[in-house]
Amino acid sequence: MIQMAATRLAEPATLRIGALEAVPHASGALYVPSERTLLMSDLHLEKASSYARRGVFLPPYDTRATLAAVALAIAAFNPRRVISMGDSFHDRFGADRLGEDDKAALRAMQAGREWLWLTGNHDPDAARGLDGDTAHDHALAGVALRHEPVHGCRTAEIAGHLHPAAKVRLRGRAVRRRCFVSNGTRLVMPAMGAYAGGLNVQDAAIQRLFDKGADVWMLGEGRVYNISRVLLMSD
Amino acid sequence: MDAASPLLPPAFARWFASRGWAPRQHQLDLIAHARSGRSTLLIAPTGAGKTLAGFLPTLIELAADGEGEPAPRKPRLHTLYISPLKALAVDIARNLERPVCEMGLAVSLQTRTGDTSAAKRTRQFEKPPDILLTTPEQLALMIAHKDAREFFGGLKRIVLDEIHSLVTSKRGDLLSLGLARVRKLAGEATAVGLSATVREPDQLRRYLASGDPYGLMADLVTVEGGAKANLSILQPAAALPLAGHTSQHAMAEIYAAIQAHRTTLVFVNTRMQAEFMFQELWRANEDNLAIALHHGSLDVHQRRRVEAAMTAGKLKAVVCTATLDLGIDWGDVDLVINIGAPKGASRLIQRVGRANHRMDEPSKAYLVPSNRFEIMECHAALEAVEAAAQDTPDMKPGALDVLAQHLLGLACAEPISADDAFAEVASASPYADLTREAFDATLNFVATGGYALKSYERFAKIQLGKDGKWRVAHARVAQQYRMNVGTIVESPMMKVRIGRARASRTGGPVFGGRVLGEIEEYFAETMLAGDTFIFGGEVLRFEGISGNEVVASRTPAGTDPKIPSYAGGKFPLSTYLAERVRGMLAEPSRWPKLPEQVSDWLKLQKRKSVLPRRDQMLVETFPRAGRFYLVAFPFEGRLAHQTLGMLLTRRMERLRLRPMGFVCNDYGLSVWGLSDLSAAIAGGLLSLDQLFDADMLGDDLEAWLQESALMKRTFRYCAVIAGLIERRFPGEEKSGRQVTMSTDLVYDVLRRHEPEHILLRAARADAATGLLDIQRLGQCLARIRGRIVHKALERVSPLGISVMLEIGREAVYGESADAILAEAEQMMMQEAMT
Repeated sequence: MIQMAATRLAEPATLRIGALEAVPHASGALYVPSERTLLMSDLHLEKASSYARRGVFLPPYDTRATLAAVALAIAAFNPRRVISMGDSFHDRFGADRLGEDDKAALRAMQAGREWLWLTGNHDPDAARGLDGDTAHDHALAGVALRHEPVHGCRTAEIAGHLHPAAKVRLRGRAVRRRCFVSNGTRLVMPAMGAYAGGLNVQDAAIQRLFDKGADVWMLGEGRVYNISRVLLMSD
Repeated sequence: MDAASPLLPPAFARWFASRGWAPRQHQLDLIAHARSGRSTLLIAPTGAGKTLAGFLPTLIELAADGEGEPAPRKPRLHTLYISPLKALAVDIARNLERPVCEMGLAVSLQTRTGDTSAAKRTRQFEKPPDILLTTPEQLALMIAHKDAREFFGGLKRIVLDEIHSLVTSKRGDLLSLGLARVRKLAGEATAVGLSATVREPDQLRRYLASGDPYGLMADLVTVEGGAKANLSILQPAAALPLAGHTSQHAMAEIYAAIQAHRTTLVFVNTRMQAEFMFQELWRANEDNLAIALHHGSLDVHQRRRVEAAMTAGKLKAVVCTATLDLGIDWGDVDLVINIGAPKGASRLIQRVGRANHRMDEPSKAYLVPSNRFEIMECHAALEAVEAAAQDTPDMKPGALDVLAQHLLGLACAEPISADDAFAEVASASPYADLTREAFDATLNFVATGGYALKSYERFAKIQLGKDGKWRVAHARVAQQYRMNVGTIVESPMMKVRIGRARASRTGGPVFGGRVLGEIEEYFAETMLAGDTFIFGGEVLRFEGISGNEVVASRTPAGTDPKIPSYAGGKFPLSTYLAERVRGMLAEPSRWPKLPEQVSDWLKLQKRKSVLPRRDQMLVETFPRAGRFYLVAFPFEGRLAHQTLGMLLTRRMERLRLRPMGFVCNDYGLSVWGLSDLSAAIAGGLLSLDQLFDADMLGDDLEAWLQESALMKRTFRYCAVIAGLIERRFPGEEKSGRQVTMSTDLVYDVLRRHEPEHILLRAARADAATGLLDIQRLGQCLARIRGRIVHKALERVSPLGISVMLEIGREAVYGESADAILAEAEQMMMQEAMT
């Protein structure tokens, strides 16, 4: 039996959401092979420069670090289409502050593929002035994509906004990581921004979306881990 | 002593006589030094009249000013007194009022602490008292005040109390910078430092000369002697355990000692020990003695109640942690009991001094070792006290995060020139070796974050004007500064509230009952619902965490606490005591002094394994229950051992020796895994000299620091002190955990993109001596190089057992976060397939 478990571990983790099969990536992005589409959420680009306006000088390298994670995911799957599911920028003027190097890096990733920016609460204008299309929501093979999950939605949806994170404890050591959380009908994406905080999946704001329970896929070094909900702890 | 000394004005001589006293020589010496404008360090034992000595020159000067001057003086601050504890400042003010009152001096004195109202603080600036008693943090706030130049302009004297307890910390760095600033504003002020005995008085003398234009070292006045303390080791009837820190075996003797004395202070090293000791004493307390508990995590009102009862002489005993180490007179203590090993000779002397504040009577203290190693440590400490040896830590170079905070404070007061500020900062002894490069980098950090990528210029907090001076860009900056001043960063704490678990599945616990106090977040993290633990002297059942609070319920009487985690001690064994313990181990001629069970234990070790020489390190390897163990005895304290264990397991992993984890205590560490280590050493696959080679402090250390939670915690402290992120305040929404989370992310990004940033430099400097004790580990690896004695054994040795017993009691380290995730995932797979 342990043998079998080990065999299964070696396979790339996949999950089902509505009719879609998807591959969660350690960067926090989700790939849908049938649509050749890569989903990502809550990049919060230019968060540090947003704080700097208030005199809090976080290292100004978060945009660079986040775009590097995006580049990793794109290199892993070579998608035909990329959808950034809202809060791509930390504030409404974030796209204007984007540095030249970062702009160039973004343009290079956009070349040769469709790029869709969904709007979020932090960036209601999405990526103003940058390449790519803008929408409030989108349907991907019957699965709704939107920034904020709709409470009570009975059809399949993929959303972001909540920055889910999970915590496990074994032998006195607790590990807290960003995660995907899904019950097969609804999936909430982890935040990809370098400085984006995480909300524990045990928190009521996430629990109320999954009243019959949900599974989590925690982000590790180079792979994701599908962890049973019985092992999860609150903060 | 001749009361008619020419140094002492008649009014003062009369006052001494009226109390039946004569001025002591050191008190007169300090008056003479003050007259000649010299700063002075006074080293004196408890009860020698240090405080009065420190203030006599001030009182004499102020009394003389008052005489023959018909018009009232313009109010001007004359003397600034700084104490490490606000309670001490208040206590000293009370004691000082007596001579002032009895001699009828027209001297005003006031305190200024975090408890002083804003209105009163404003009044103090408008109409300063002659003497102001305050803390290092308040000094920092005062020098950042826009009227600081006027306020300190007439200052004549600075009194720094219990200075030895301040100088080796970041608070000491901040105070040294404040001292240099105040000296500059005052023109000529002399400083006097009051201290218990220290190992290197010259370091304190240089510190006191911070900013002193007249010399690099303060004068020294030493008061010899004081009665020798009456110290002994409590010999319990019951056998001593091999490991553990609870001293449960000695409870009957401890209780009897409390009964036989007026008031006893029972010192322990950690909050957990305090809780345990208190619980056990109450269990033994058939006579209903008034025994109280005092530690930093208890609700502040509860602590104040204990302190008041103590001062009023209503308590028979108080179980306390380091919170009561310092020199406050809490009532009439005639016995100190130190539970566990003292960890350092100087610490022990300081604690023992709490019993009996009269210099000529001996203080009485018992040491209660809680295991066999601690017996040796206690004997070593007795020898050290007998030899009047001191092992206070060395001073460190001034921290850059503290400098950043101070520079912003300076700019809040008035525009500053970089050259002037550099000269002033370098006149503070901890910063004497500061390079201009580091200073400029710190100034840039204050201005715009100091990043190589210059993107925050237009948001700068301080700006360079055309006159070449830096000034704050906005009033809001000064406000932010005031909110974040100080160097004490609390580890994230959670309130403990009485409540019950809710029945529903999603449910956190409910019912807001009474708040009992606070516990460390990391401790709360190790508990599961249903675990029982002791807090505030009662056994509580952990129900869960709700928001930022631990919810717990009371348990029926007689419930046993299951202490799920125990931190062995905050203070690592001092290098000095460790050296003495190693010596004791190596020399059988000294064993007869030890209790029989200890000397028998050492003889058995000699027969079954090896006793290393004083300069050697013993490593034993043996199999046990399907696993293979390596036990090493560096005797360098748990912090250094923890770092060593982390690095060893990484190395062994690379050598495919399949290590699984390790535990450690102050004396040694034990690593275990799936490969036969004895065979690997015998077959030449594993070389212990290579395994313990100092090159582990290179790349291995760097790699580990990337993910080390201790390093991230260290970085957070620096980030808060330097003002990168804001301190949180009671009642604010943002929880400590969210702050921790975000500084971890900042640490990761900064480390990857600008590894030489000033804050990472500050964090690395802290890691060398702080939570990771890398410096000590480095010294240890150099010491044992070529001196490792290996013994392959069939089973665990007598010495080895004491380390092995930490397994199950201590958290096991050594596994990477991803290994934990992989195992958690596997558990689900197995569950799914059964």
